[in-house]
Amino acid sequence: MSEAREFKYIGQRTIRPDGFDKVTGRAQYGADLNLPGMIWGRTLRSPHAHAKILSIDTSKAEAHPDVFAVVTFKDFGSVEGESINAGEGAADVLDLARNCLADDKVLYHGHAIAAVAARTERVADDALALIEVKYEVLSPVLDVEDAMKDGAPILHEDMFTQGYEETPSSPSNIATRLEMKMGDIEAGFAEADVIVEREFRTPTAHQGYIEPHACTARYDEDGQSLVWCCTQGHFDVRTSTAKLLHIDLSKLKVVASEIGGGFGGKTVVYQEPVALALSRKSGRPVKMVMNRDEVFMATGPTSAAKLKAKVGAKKDGTITAMQGWMAYEAGAFKGSPMMPGVMTMFTPYDCGNVQVEGFDVVVNKCKVAAYRAPGAPQAEFAAEMVVNELAEELGMDPIELRLKNAAKEGTQTIYGPKLKTVGLVECLEAARDSDHYKSTLAEGCGRGIAAGFWFNIGGQSSVSINMNTDGTGTIIEGSPDIGGSRASMQMMAAEVLQIEPSRLKPIVADTDSLPYSQGTGGSRVTFATGMAVIEAAEDVVRQLKERAAAIWNVTAEQVDYVDGVAINTAGGEKMTLAEVCEAAEKTGGQISGTGNINARGAGPSFAVHLCDTKVDKETGKVDVVRYTAIQDAGKAIHPSYVEGQLQGGAVQGIGWALNEEYIYNDDGVMENPGFLDYRIPLASDLPMIEAIIVEVPNAFHPYGVRGVGESGIIPPLAAVGWSVGNAIGRKVEELPCSPPRVLSLIQNG
Amino acid sequence: MSKTHVTTSINGEPVEFLCDPGDTLLDVLRNDLQMTGTKEGCGSGDCGACSVTMNGRLVCSCLVLGVEAEGAEIGTIEGIGSNDGLHVIQEKFLEHAALQCGVCTPGLIVSTKALLEENPNPTEEEARYYLAGNLCRCTGYDKIIRAVLDAAETMREGA
Repeated sequence: MSEAREFKYIGQRTIRPDGFDKVTGRAQYGADLNLPGMIWGRTLRSPHAHAKILSIDTSKAEAHPDVFAVVTFKDFGSVEGESINAGEGAADVLDLARNCLADDKVLYHGHAIAAVAARTERVADDALALIEVKYEVLSPVLDVEDAMKDGAPILHEDMFTQGYEETPSSPSNIATRLEMKMGDIEAGFAEADVIVEREFRTPTAHQGYIEPHACTARYDEDGQSLVWCCTQGHFDVRTSTAKLLHIDLSKLKVVASEIGGGFGGKTVVYQEPVALALSRKSGRPVKMVMNRDEVFMATGPTSAAKLKAKVGAKKDGTITAMQGWMAYEAGAFKGSPMMPGVMTMFTPYDCGNVQVEGFDVVVNKCKVAAYRAPGAPQAEFAAEMVVNELAEELGMDPIELRLKNAAKEGTQTIYGPKLKTVGLVECLEAARDSDHYKSTLAEGCGRGIAAGFWFNIGGQSSVSINMNTDGTGTIIEGSPDIGGSRASMQMMAAEVLQIEPSRLKPIVADTDSLPYSQGTGGSRVTFATGMAVIEAAEDVVRQLKERAAAIWNVTAEQVDYVDGVAINTAGGEKMTLAEVCEAAEKTGGQISGTGNINARGAGPSFAVHLCDTKVDKETGKVDVVRYTAIQDAGKAIHPSYVEGQLQGGAVQGIGWALNEEYIYNDDGVMENPGFLDYRIPLASDLPMIEAIIVEVPNAFHPYGVRGVGESGIIPPLAAVGWSVGNAIGRKVEELPCSPPRVLSLIQNG
Repeated sequence: MSKTHVTTSINGEPVEFLCDPGDTLLDVLRNDLQMTGTKEGCGSGDCGACSVTMNGRLVCSCLVLGVEAEGAEIGTIEGIGSNDGLHVIQEKFLEHAALQCGVCTPGLIVSTKALLEENPNPTEEEARYYLAGNLCRCTGYDKIIRAVLDAAETMREGA
């Protein structure tokens, strides 16, 4: 798609089709399904961060009259280490099983050990106390530096660092070491007139979705089974659950409920295989709903990280070299998003001499999961902070410095391909020209700016569009709708069929009703599932032409389809879409289009954010007084929901930058597993978030779409961090900028 | 443990139920009365997803015991809007795209209704502070606040 085109429905602000159910409370989420005869499951969790399990005695719990079943790791049978596609990227089945229920070791505070199903939730909770576990407590390893030291307690005796030419012979907590480079980093720094170098730290931060993980599972006598759950990818829940319980995919139906937020965190299974195992053992449907503290302690936040960034430039602002180092906490099992951190760190810059080294490190904390642009916010925080400092050292405007070095079409990336058409320059220009940037900074305030890059993905999406005899239709898709995507599916199908969007009902179907669809992640749904919708709608149009041709006794090529009307170019007759659908019985049966694709060509989305903060110098409290989020959407299908992604991402990033962090004591016990102490932003913490949509079309999508879900969480860390430092005349090196930390910076520098 | 018989009123209709003395009003609504429009996000009064009104006062139903509903008048999301159509607040939430995942939405609509009954003409700051007990993780609150202020204006015009 190269030139601007006129759209009939794309770009409007329609009312979302699932909206009525959501404002009336009718919409059913993960915890909202009750089945006849249903009982409740609860999970026994480790009080220790690191311990060997010597024995588990479940006999007393099993003897309780209201307890129907107890399960442990043994109930998964034999599980072997093999890689499967589980959510965002590959996962090792054995690690997945050992995270759902611990095998011979507990690896973090809150690690699941056993589960009980009982008549009521309270009885199940009480019965957990009847399970006797004997532990041999081990020293916990709580941060990357300790974990990487020689002689550190080892989490997994069978883990040897990958990524060196020779795999080491002794086990290590470093799962993987990765280096990417291009050009000549030393020559690049030798050319530089100014070099800036700093070390940074970012905390463990949770997605903080408001809906806790919840599922209801039922295993029937004939081996057919059902899992109802809130997930970003029900086909991946099916894969993981079927693998752990050794059942055929066709015998497990997974229904994606409405989902109350995920942000990457609901891409992996925790309770689903356990609930189904409890149902298999008890013969009853089993519901499991996590408490909020379990969500914090035992589901996947994103990695705490230690990072180094170094950048060199000539006096005129030409960046000559960029170098990075990072160590990401994976939690208890390998698999932090270190690799995308390495790949994205300096991608907003057109610089030929780049080197980045990364480490994926296990520690005694909950296993991390994907969180909105996984791995990028930490790495790009470090990069953007040193670029801002470089601008300061050079006496250059930070936007002009970025414009001078901005990645654009043809820029070589460190991870292989050259960039196709991207909108970073346009975002920077929009930032420079914004009211916000032109405004005078209020007394005592600081201003920060940062850019962000995320790849976005395509992937497999399956869609059917079934037409009804009255000319309405159902769009059947397999991508759980986490933020309004059914509205954009409806609009894209309407654009092809040229009928009112409200005549099309989009639904997210269960795993029995469609071929495999990848989960909602990687900002892929509006792009990839949208492409599948367009393909299915085009298939419908093709059939409409064939059916009309059959009625007129002409060839399909002689039929045009314009504004929802089939036209016989030979004879001049016309039939509306509804008339062709009504006559389907006489022309070969009902009309149904399919679009089962593996979408390629996802367009990266760049973002640029501006942040003004005011710091209370006596308490260290930071207020965001003005905030602008600018991002390239390619083409905004539904501008309100695109703005919503920009605003929501920005505010999650603001929370990460200002307040959110996991606090552990020396024994590795999480001390703030609740919304009171893990403080996500409140309405009263924030100003309006100005959202500016830039549209540089992605040539690989019929309407030019780029995913917009993730990039918006990247810039806030440095935009806020730099702004705070700017306000107090200090350099921020550690997030969050919580009051004690800011006060200490003010007082001690 | 024997159950307690409770007679109450929910959304203007008489309701009786039996509950354990330890059950919260939220447990009763969701599990016993199948009124799952009220959501549980934390169980500790920090997120506001379970907001309901009790005798006209906005409360977190996870912090109220079921037995405390005896003789009270409870208002939930299921009582907002009618067969004739949505309440203005619900319409404005849809128009302004003030929800993404929607799980905080019932609580926010209940809280917004309580706000506008107390203060029909709130400033942006007053709205933000009144709704500070209702966490939303998707929207960044911008569109919610716009919907609330627009609903307030529309309701004032209609009053």
